[in-house]
Amino acid sequence: MTAKIRYEDVEPGTELPSASFPVSRATLVQYAGASGDFNPIHWNEKFAKEVGLPDVIAHGMFTMAEAVRVVTDWVGDPGAVAEYGVRFTKPVVVPNDETGALIEVSAKVAAKLDDEARTVRVDLTATSAGQKVLGMSRAVVRLA
Amino acid sequence: MALDQSFVGRTYPPTAPYEVGREKIREFAVAVGDANPAYTDPEAAKSLGHTDVIAPPTFVFAITFKAAGQVIEDPQLGLDYSRVVHGDQKFAYSRPVRAGDRLTVTSTIEAIKSLAGNDILDIRGEVHDEAGEHVVTAWTKLVSRAAEGA
Repeated sequence: MTAKIRYEDVEPGTELPSASFPVSRATLVQYAGASGDFNPIHWNEKFAKEVGLPDVIAHGMFTMAEAVRVVTDWVGDPGAVAEYGVRFTKPVVVPNDETGALIEVSAKVAAKLDDEARTVRVDLTATSAGQKVLGMSRAVVRLA
Repeated sequence: MALDQSFVGRTYPPTAPYEVGREKIREFAVAVGDANPAYTDPEAAKSLGHTDVIAPPTFVFAITFKAAGQVIEDPQLGLDYSRVVHGDQKFAYSRPVRAGDRLTVTSTIEAIKSLAGNDILDIRGEVHDEAGEHVVTAWTKLVSRAAEGA
């Protein structure tokens, strides 16, 4: 592991650089192929509406993958992520238009966990269209 | 219909090994738009101390969720998958998944709860490499929503 952030250089409250991730219908088709999750709620509007959704929604795991990029981009080495968990609270609704949806992610160091293992807990916030889409979104990261 | 509590603690046989390929990792990284070179460039991964390209943190879900199919499709358990949504997901890593890994998953039903007519199923997937070393544990919470009028 070669994290580029030093344990000594962060404190509870340290903010990570935030980021926004666009998601279109094409993104979801590509993610379906890469992940093997072909549930039609992620690409078939008619089906999505029949099962009571407002429109096609993003894969929860896609949103989870995007959110942790704020952590891996910050720490440099994705192998420094020791734990990562989320709750899927609201779907990311992806309209069939030019812009699609946007997932906005911010994160901050919530606690320094272990001075020897040099681990910190990072709490993430992910929203789309003003709604919180992930809850209890936390990562444990090993710093340098 | 509430799920049978006697399934709590049941462990399913380990899956056949899944071989992690460099190009599959690349495909996944491209699909999530992540240009981190540790996912695609073996030299970049080695400079970080890894023996080959590593996979993004959530990559392993495709493997553990397929393994969880043993539980989800277990006719004796009787989960109505058409009503299932993904509630929570968590991973704890001993090390990152990397190209060349041959991974097996052992799935266990950790908990079954019934809440307001919804069935809630917690599945733990323990992922090991060919040497039997632990790589990652994945916890998946599935919620089967109550049928209308039930």
